[in-house]
Amino acid sequence: MKPFDEMLLDGGGVRPAYQRFEDWFDRQDHAALIEKSTEAENVFRRTGITFNVYGQEEAAERLIPFDLVPRIISKGEWDRLAVGIEQRVWALNAFLADIYNEKEIIKAGIVPERLISGNEAYLPQMEGFRPPAGVYTHIIGTDIVRTAEDQFYVLEDNARTPSGVSYMLENRETMMQMFPELFAQNRVQPVETYPHDLRRSLAAVAPPACEGVPTVAILTPGIHNSAYYEHAFLADNMGVELIEGSDVVTMDGRVKMRTTAGYRTIDVLYRRVDDAFLDPLAFRPESVLGIPGIMDVYKRGGVTIANAPGTGISDDKAIYSYMPDIVEFYTGKPAILQNVPTWRCAEADSLAYVLEHLAELVVKEVHGSGGYGMLVGPAASKAEREVFAAKLREKPGNYIAQPTLSLSTVPILVDKGLAPRHVDLRPFVLVSDKIRIIPGGLTRVALKEGSLVVNSSQGGGTKDTWVLKD
Amino acid sequence: MALLGRTAAGLFWMFRYIERAENMARIVDAGLRLSLTNLTSGPEEWQSVLVSAGAEAAYRQKHAEFDPQSVIDFLIRDRDNPSSIRSSIDTARSNGRMVRTALTREVWETLNEAYLTLKARLERPVEEHELPQVIDLVKRQTALIRGAFYGTMLRNEIFDFCNLGAFVERADNTARILDVKYWVLLPTHSSVGSPLDSLQWASILRSVSAQRSYIWEYDAEYRPIEVIDFLILNRRMPRSLAYSCACILESLDFLARSHGFDADCHRTAQALNERMTQRSVTEIIDAGLHEFLGQFIVDNNRLASEIAESFNFYK
Repeated sequence: MKPFDEMLLDGGGVRPAYQRFEDWFDRQDHAALIEKSTEAENVFRRTGITFNVYGQEEAAERLIPFDLVPRIISKGEWDRLAVGIEQRVWALNAFLADIYNEKEIIKAGIVPERLISGNEAYLPQMEGFRPPAGVYTHIIGTDIVRTAEDQFYVLEDNARTPSGVSYMLENRETMMQMFPELFAQNRVQPVETYPHDLRRSLAAVAPPACEGVPTVAILTPGIHNSAYYEHAFLADNMGVELIEGSDVVTMDGRVKMRTTAGYRTIDVLYRRVDDAFLDPLAFRPESVLGIPGIMDVYKRGGVTIANAPGTGISDDKAIYSYMPDIVEFYTGKPAILQNVPTWRCAEADSLAYVLEHLAELVVKEVHGSGGYGMLVGPAASKAEREVFAAKLREKPGNYIAQPTLSLSTVPILVDKGLAPRHVDLRPFVLVSDKIRIIPGGLTRVALKEGSLVVNSSQGGGTKDTWVLKD
Repeated sequence: MALLGRTAAGLFWMFRYIERAENMARIVDAGLRLSLTNLTSGPEEWQSVLVSAGAEAAYRQKHAEFDPQSVIDFLIRDRDNPSSIRSSIDTARSNGRMVRTALTREVWETLNEAYLTLKARLERPVEEHELPQVIDLVKRQTALIRGAFYGTMLRNEIFDFCNLGAFVERADNTARILDVKYWVLLPTHSSVGSPLDSLQWASILRSVSAQRSYIWEYDAEYRPIEVIDFLILNRRMPRSLAYSCACILESLDFLARSHGFDADCHRTAQALNERMTQRSVTEIIDAGLHEFLGQFIVDNNRLASEIAESFNFYK
């Protein structure tokens, strides 16, 4: 079946949201557009908008290819989506508060206990503790795919430290610089307030010990981290300090950073360091990226950590399959956004089914991310599938499987004109005194014809994403 | 809001290494010029270039001979030499990435572009005939960074720490260039006007890009005592010790005011500055030029560690 094309209608012509864009596009000189494309890439390279690729030599800083055809979402489509996202994000926070405290959902027999307590992402250190304002996931990036006009699925809830928001902002910036006339013709909802919103959102959940205006800081693992550019970008645009573990100490029940004029207190820490490395005294003792003693300060109300430690349990791929029940349990209403049907390979029946249908399924590691360690059945060779089947049999609990969805396509610019490519969408959601959803998000696009893998580490690119005002 | 100690350290080292890359290009340039004149015998000249560059010990670990090609490659491209142009730009850029939130977009972009451009050029060996062009490229790229820096940075403590790095490095560099050649400047040595001496003096001036300005300031004739005066005591010469010390002191004065305290490094900088203002060139020569320079290099290094200490650069 032909995948859903978000721009082009089957019988010719374009969907209404793309009408103005198409009028504009038809008037452009194609060669000049291709040239603009190269120009944009040069700007990215000069600015250093790069990401580091793991497993390659340290100097490997790569660009994420940028495609200049925007992905356009109508107001109606977006508003429906936003309601679903808000419900889901709300439920995730309720779920986290519950499993670290009363555990009602386990008592009700909805989520099995073993999936929680036996899970690496579950942190017993968080039991019985309520973070400031009860917020666990201050920043969420919900990965959404589309298969038809009204058919959206949540692929993943990135509830730890979702990245990509800097690309969303830079893509918009680039588009506005290259094609200002497009923004005069289309009423596009702004995204550029994100750094400001993020700062406000974080300041609103300052810890009890905070006096006066909260000091916010971003904790980065350092310049070799794959998302370092984003950490610096956000710190810069939020006007907050970008710190590393070695800049900080815990002292008098607070977290303090070493400045040229002595120590200064940090109230809210937006950390881009994984749980395991956050505090060598509480978690991995060999970690040099973290802040010794920060968990103790945190639990005594001396600092807010965003996202809270232990949120990974809620975006775990094994928990994912329970999300529709989780949403219903806490909101009392059926989930508005759907899950992709998921086979948990830990269950014998499912494993048997998955092994038999490997050629049709996508198999993912439960704890994996970034498109590493996954199998796209239809695209894999027989030999690759056999190798993967062996891994599956060895550790079935490590994997889940999903049908290969026919992801929607949006055209990209190619030498001969426009060509459809598969996309997904990562909207960014801020949770604090209220839930703020940034209109649009990051559209990732598989640049290879027919490919379904949109991850930047696997050759994906990005697009500016427009949500129209009317 | 006070700066993070690590950020201050990053700014300081970023600018030390930018300065170092540029100085290295100049030192190689002067060495090349001298070697093209056939008046001097090759190997010793290149050895003294290595000493000026502070890279002799590291060089000896890899090479036994002082042949021009190896020396040049070592100073320009060798990753094993932490002060080669390539390593210096790498280090400057890593520091720049670390502190990029403290830099204007223009400064960061010119630094990143210098890194990308020089990395691409220095990946392949530099033939002798290509050397002038490569030296020029280095000087131009670093000049662009400095231009963006002076043109766009707010004059706050970020600016001061950058300046401190640049001028500590520059003073060290000028002192070393002079110290390697101090003997050709001494009255006991000179047979005034011999072609070899004139060339040596010209080479010293060339390595600090100052032949033209020397003529403006003094005379067409190179006189050793004036070359010494120019590079040590002249307060209008941007690469002299006196000028560097004045800039260091000025930045530390600003920092003392914004921080509300003055630390050990401040007193060391004041003492160094006094040494440059209260002595004449004859006094320096009579007391021993070599000794003067040696002491300066030691004190300047101590100043750098005191700055790091006073402003919490490291844990």
